Amino acid sequence: MNYIVKRTAQAVFTVFAVITLSFVIIRLLPGGPADYLRAQLIQRSGGSLTQEQINQRIASQTNIAVDEPLYVQYVDYMASILRGDFGTSVWYSNEPVIAVLGPAIPWTVFLMATSLFIAFVLGVTLGAFMAYREGSGFDVGSTGVSLLTNSVPYYVIALLLLTFLGYRMELFPTGGQYASETTPGLNLEFVLSALHHGALPILSLVLASFGGWALNMRGNSIRVLGEDYLRVARLRGLPERRIALRYVGRNAILPMYTGLLIAIGFMFGGSIILEEIFAYPGVGYYMIQAINARDYPVMMGAFILITVAVTIGVFIADVTYGWIDPRAEGGGTRESY
Amino acid sequence: MSPTEATSDFEAVSETSLSKRERYRQTLDEQVLAPLRIVWSDWRARIALFVLSIFLLMGTVGVMLVPEPSPNQGPALVGAFRTLEHPFGTTYSGHSILSQLVHATPPMLKMITAGAVFTVVLGTAIGTVSGYKGGAVDGVLMTLTDVALTIPGLPLIIVLAGALQGSLSGNPYVIGLLLSVNAWAGLARAIRSQVLTLRDAEYVEASRILGVPTAEIISKDIVPNLMPYVTMNFVQQARAVIFGSVALYFIGILPYDSVNWGVMMNSAQSQAGAVSSPEAFHWLLVPMLAVVLLSLGLTLFAQAADRLFNPRVRARHTKTTPDEQHEDDEPDEPTPARMIR
Repeated sequence: MNYIVKRTAQAVFTVFAVITLSFVIIRLLPGGPADYLRAQLIQRSGGSLTQEQINQRIASQTNIAVDEPLYVQYVDYMASILRGDFGTSVWYSNEPVIAVLGPAIPWTVFLMATSLFIAFVLGVTLGAFMAYREGSGFDVGSTGVSLLTNSVPYYVIALLLLTFLGYRMELFPTGGQYASETTPGLNLEFVLSALHHGALPILSLVLASFGGWALNMRGNSIRVLGEDYLRVARLRGLPERRIALRYVGRNAILPMYTGLLIAIGFMFGGSIILEEIFAYPGVGYYMIQAINARDYPVMMGAFILITVAVTIGVFIADVTYGWIDPRAEGGGTRESY
Repeated sequence: MSPTEATSDFEAVSETSLSKRERYRQTLDEQVLAPLRIVWSDWRARIALFVLSIFLLMGTVGVMLVPEPSPNQGPALVGAFRTLEHPFGTTYSGHSILSQLVHATPPMLKMITAGAVFTVVLGTAIGTVSGYKGGAVDGVLMTLTDVALTIPGLPLIIVLAGALQGSLSGNPYVIGLLLSVNAWAGLARAIRSQVLTLRDAEYVEASRILGVPTAEIISKDIVPNLMPYVTMNFVQQARAVIFGSVALYFIGILPYDSVNWGVMMNSAQSQAGAVSSPEAFHWLLVPMLAVVLLSLGLTLFAQAADRLFNPRVRARHTKTTPDEQHEDDEPDEPTPARMIR
């Protein structure tokens, strides 16, 4: 229980830290968004706007009332973000940021969760088989493939898939989330279309990351296979299936669970690049659009949303880890990586 | 035994004596030649060294041999491996892709160095201090580390690059630092947990009792034990900087003052639609191959370097020290390379 309280406090603190960081980036960075917006407003209006009007514009866009004392600006900003008010977009005709990004969130989470799950399951299964057939041709071959795919960045795989499967063979769509003739909702056509559009981004991440999981799992399993308790289990005549799943599998997967923490952050970072490559309107896609249009409110909103999503993911992984591995309740097991 | 029989172990004199030259040779053998021999004994390492030297040569000698890229070096969009003059083909505006590839290497190497050194120094410093000092210092530093560890690196870098659009220059060292802005956190955590166990080791305790200053204990007794983690993270961060910089240059949100593989990919896509048009595909493919090759070299190097820090493997490859026992089977202990992905 104490463990969960501690982790919750940590997650909440992280969210606060991120919002603070975003405040610092907008307000205090020399040449940063606040300075840029001000210069832009002065230039565009040709001096017709008063200082007060300019401050008001900046405040409505970024939620930061620049003429107040700094600590008031900070508290106001924090309060409005926590209320879900991320300011208004400059580029999308003054729509609230949340209206631009909100509909994009499920798509990004869909891509990331699916790829993470597939890559993990595929990698763990492959790694376990490699460990059981250690030294065989299968093992050597798979190790080589894993090492190689692990060295190829996901966006290189994405570009190759897009070129060959998307443009040359025209097997998969080259942009968008679903075909425009389907109606979003729980109908078969829409679901199939969404899967068809999501297949290439998901495949890129899976191909780029399953090798790492496989190599990790292989190493762990080989170590567990040499343990004494495994010999005892065999001597007790336990069925091989039970040994493989309960004794080897469980103990080999446990240390990798912490790797998931890092993978979640990595995946969400990767989603930005992938969504841009596949023109897939998720959070990352809007983030890049916003940067190119200097739409800072949307950019910061996307950053906060992505970071909160990662924090929640890490929190879930953290809390369930204590539940899977009772030893973690004592705390301090995070140091194992 | 010698005629003057030693009465206690403390009076025993070494039976062999080394001249100064022999001692130098022994140091050279232990410190320089043995690691090289270990590295060379592994096929992965040989490939890694080969690949890495190609890139180093490209970045140093190659820049002098290959002319700087300029427009109209050749006809537009010559395919790869068609002419001897432009082995990797040309771009839409007739730049030789080989020239671009070679001249993009030095900034890349600078970026890698800046990013990896920054990560390793900061991570080691924070991890060591936190683990050794404990208490409130540890609490504050680890809270910071946890936050830095949770914030996803790439979005943070993208936001910083976006917010600093006006003031950020294309200096490769600065870009390298930017790309490593929160990478130190993972290393700091790993180092801290190592230091926590080392702190109570007997020889460290002995130094403390002898009154050796804390700074010296940390630098002489503790940090040398952390080298495997440091090396692994150096290589990993090098890879991360390559992946990150090429990705962000490709997306087009980092400023640049010289050609870069990612910039090449960006222009291939934006000027000639390399993804959809086969005539321009080589323009996109060549820089991508460079990224993959360099990162493969680093991965293999990390795998092999792992063995460098294994004292048993090391002793086997030292020629001047007397053989103790030659264990032929590799000790299958968990090594950092296997633990850190």
